[in-house]
Amino acid sequence: MIDLPTTLRRWWHQAIAHIDFPLFIITLAIMTIGLATVNSATYDSTHRMLSQAGNMGIAVVVMWLVARLPPQKLMGFAIPLYVLGVVLLLAVFLFGITVNGARRWLSLGFTRIQPSEIMKIAMPLMLAWYFQKYEATLRLKHYAGATLLLLVPFALVAKQPDLGTALLIGSVGFYVIFFAGLPWKIIGGLIAAAAAAAPFIWNVLHDYQRRRIMTLIDPTTDPLGSGYHIIQSTIAIGSGGPVGKGYLNGTQTHLEFIPEKHTDFIFAVYSEEWGLLGNAVLLLLYTLLIGRGLMIASAAPTLFSRLLAGAITLGFFTYAFINMGMVSGILPVVGVPLPFMSYGGTALVTLFLGIGILMSIQTHRMLVKK
Amino acid sequence: MGDFHNSEADLDRFRFRLGFAAVFVLLAFALLLGRFIWLQVIQHDFYRTRAEDNRIALIPVVPNRGVITDRNGVVLAHNYSAFTLEITPSQAGKLDETIDALAEVVEIQPKDRKRFKRLLDEAKNFESIPIRTRLSDGEVARFAAQRYRFPGVEIKARLFRQYPLGHVASHAIGYIGRITDRDLKWIEESEQQANYKGTDHIGKTGLEQHYEFELHGETGYEQVEIDAGGRALRSLKRIPPVPGNNLQLTLDAKLQEITEKAFGDRKGALVAIDPTTGGILALVSTPTFDPNLFIDGISPENWKELNEHPDKPMINRTINGAYPPGSTFKPFMALAALETGKRTAGQAIADPGYFTFGNHTFRDDKKGGHGMVDMYKSIVHSCDTYYYMLANDMGIDNIAKFMGSLGLGQRTGIDIGKDDSGESKGVLPSPEWKRQRFKRPEQQKWYAGETVSIGIGQGYNAYTPIQLAQATATLANNGVMFRPHLVRHIVDTKSGEKRPIEPKPIRDLGWKRQNLDVIHRAMLGVNKEGTGARAFAGAPYQAAGKTGTAQVFSLKGAQYKESAVRKHLRDHALFIAYAPVEAPKIALAVLVENGGFGAQSAAPIARMVMDYYLLGKLPGGAAAEDADAVEDDNEE
Repeated sequence: MIDLPTTLRRWWHQAIAHIDFPLFIITLAIMTIGLATVNSATYDSTHRMLSQAGNMGIAVVVMWLVARLPPQKLMGFAIPLYVLGVVLLLAVFLFGITVNGARRWLSLGFTRIQPSEIMKIAMPLMLAWYFQKYEATLRLKHYAGATLLLLVPFALVAKQPDLGTALLIGSVGFYVIFFAGLPWKIIGGLIAAAAAAAPFIWNVLHDYQRRRIMTLIDPTTDPLGSGYHIIQSTIAIGSGGPVGKGYLNGTQTHLEFIPEKHTDFIFAVYSEEWGLLGNAVLLLLYTLLIGRGLMIASAAPTLFSRLLAGAITLGFFTYAFINMGMVSGILPVVGVPLPFMSYGGTALVTLFLGIGILMSIQTHRMLVKK
Repeated sequence: MGDFHNSEADLDRFRFRLGFAAVFVLLAFALLLGRFIWLQVIQHDFYRTRAEDNRIALIPVVPNRGVITDRNGVVLAHNYSAFTLEITPSQAGKLDETIDALAEVVEIQPKDRKRFKRLLDEAKNFESIPIRTRLSDGEVARFAAQRYRFPGVEIKARLFRQYPLGHVASHAIGYIGRITDRDLKWIEESEQQANYKGTDHIGKTGLEQHYEFELHGETGYEQVEIDAGGRALRSLKRIPPVPGNNLQLTLDAKLQEITEKAFGDRKGALVAIDPTTGGILALVSTPTFDPNLFIDGISPENWKELNEHPDKPMINRTINGAYPPGSTFKPFMALAALETGKRTAGQAIADPGYFTFGNHTFRDDKKGGHGMVDMYKSIVHSCDTYYYMLANDMGIDNIAKFMGSLGLGQRTGIDIGKDDSGESKGVLPSPEWKRQRFKRPEQQKWYAGETVSIGIGQGYNAYTPIQLAQATATLANNGVMFRPHLVRHIVDTKSGEKRPIEPKPIRDLGWKRQNLDVIHRAMLGVNKEGTGARAFAGAPYQAAGKTGTAQVFSLKGAQYKESAVRKHLRDHALFIAYAPVEAPKIALAVLVENGGFGAQSAAPIARMVMDYYLLGKLPGGAAAEDADAVEDDNEE
């Protein structure tokens, strides 16, 4: 009789052994805000909110499972996952389904998948593994090799075209190379080269991408086209004021002025209803999340886990910054969801894979040191 | 970067870069915070005013749904305009009082109130919601006179779907109904959300569902000036909707109608196909139902009646009823025997009236047997013993391979329902099927004795009428097989161009001409001197056919001998036919549930269908049961 509680306690301890509580509580907080906001954005039916709650349940289970795998195991996934990702991206390039002019999906008969999602995790895993392998003999040519590993999937995704995802994959890969010690001189050179190449890049961009950049500079040039999104979301944020209009009271949201209001533009809904105060709370939560991630990276025992943790953490930052920047009108409109807030199961699972990897790195640290 | 690597130094450099990243993150977030302060504090008044002035709303304008017509242009589904009485909740004050007052002017039933409540819960506040649909002219006039009493209440002209022929072809056409959560998911998966803003009906079954995205059309938009409360003030700009595409069917509505009548109150199915294209001429499943009941949301009483009726009118028997083919299976068995070389046409057996396998005796219907039986006679007189022996000689694998190539036991891919999944597969018996179907190992084994009854279309055999019709059409067309389809072409409303549904042959089975001639001749013999002779007496065209009777028994019992037919359950009557034999224009399969002998109840329907389709001859009366058709010739 006395044994049962003890056994249960032991099970419980085992179950939570690989959960990093600071990280978990912060993500849970952001997710709760997200769920409430999805509810407000799709107020006419509870269908989306319930479905999103289900997605969250699945994502947390994925996180829990990944957190239990030691980083050495994760390393084993690096090459297969990367190769699979590239093969699938090639398949998309060759036989993908075209939706709204972009070829992003692959049909499996019963369902469709978006292989670029795999790359978001496969890219940092692969590059972290690569630098760990050449840790002792690292030379400049290895940075070149890493860049090649980065550019192939990046180009395939950018070609679809899916600029938002390409940007994320590219930046996460770059973070690994940066943390692996890419010399400052080269970084400076790259920035200078990018600035010089800007006019050239402008020529390669798709029409709609150019329009979005032009719209950023002056949204009023196209008030019913692509400028409409920015104008309406800026009005939503601005009219929210210091403390917001109150939950479920956003007029911009509920009169249907905000496009994609439960997905990419969910921040406008939140910001209109909670105001500057709410925005500050959300920014603080993201800062805490990123801070915790960087702490985990700093304390990680191997080069692989350091690079992986650092890149994934900055990946979260990139998502959050690009999304909020786009919705508030300081960055062009690219299709990037707000992490842990936007509606969508696939993105959520990918994010929680990242959280699970961070937890795995943090909680297996002691074992490695011994 | 040097050749020498010091791990401490590496770690320090890594931590420095982490610090650098942290500073970068903080700076970026500070930039965002600055932007928020600019928008939400400094510019707040400006944006607040803009939000209040934000008065342009886009209101979707729903397109007219495409029209469905039969091969001759007879309208099967169209839209009609009718007046509805609608309330805009935000302008109408107290809703209950308003509705009570309205009830004095126009008739409002409790079900109208219920529907209004339901729609109110789903609606957005600037939408108007119907309280009454289909107002009479008198009601419109009465309301117009008292309109000043009802702010926020309007009469609007809206389009409603209607199926003018009611019960006719309802299983093929299907019906539309209000969009549910499940439909929403379908719309999302098809990336159609934007186009369905404002649409509240969607295809639920049949062609209406299969061709939903053709029929729907493109939603237009109206730019409306609204006030801060969401009330529409005036229209600024209108982008008109594009009406949905029309469907012209291969179906012949008149043929469909008289065929449904011919079934009377009997349950059953008939599928008639143009064998040279796969175009379906009639798709009958009886009893039928009136799809008009579903459009406004079916009333619980009507639904209960349809759903709990013992004859199951909602089941589409042509694609969802799986029946043993009985003796209609024999011509296909005979062809399989010729093609695989297991028999020649002239080879004859001596039929004692039974066939013994192991310690079990399989009986022929005719006591004492048919004497010497060759292939021609085996079909014309439907000799069971011939096919018991043949099945045993061929073996189950050869049978399954041949019948599978005819499409039996597989979905035909007919264009009704959302996708294939609405269609039943039926059962093409084989050892492989049995392994998958049953759990226990002793049930999974195929017994050679089970093959014997497969030969006469009994045993595990179970096919849908559409499969049987497709197989018959393939036989009629000398082995060139088409996918059965209902739509002849889609008429694009934008360009006016007709997009035909290509009659692409699925495969050519490559049967030998001389083998086909044997079967064609024997099936012609059935209607000249055999079991179909009575039904086709005096037909001025050459019709090939085969009667069949399917025993009604449960498949669960596994062994055939244990499933002796209970007397009070009459057998299903079947008939397959095609004509004219020289160049078939029509091939069909008929099934009458509990109809007894095929020759008696199924064949006369086939005769009537062919007389109409080939000669334009209307039946004198409903095709009555031909009671004494098979007195001395009841072999099947």
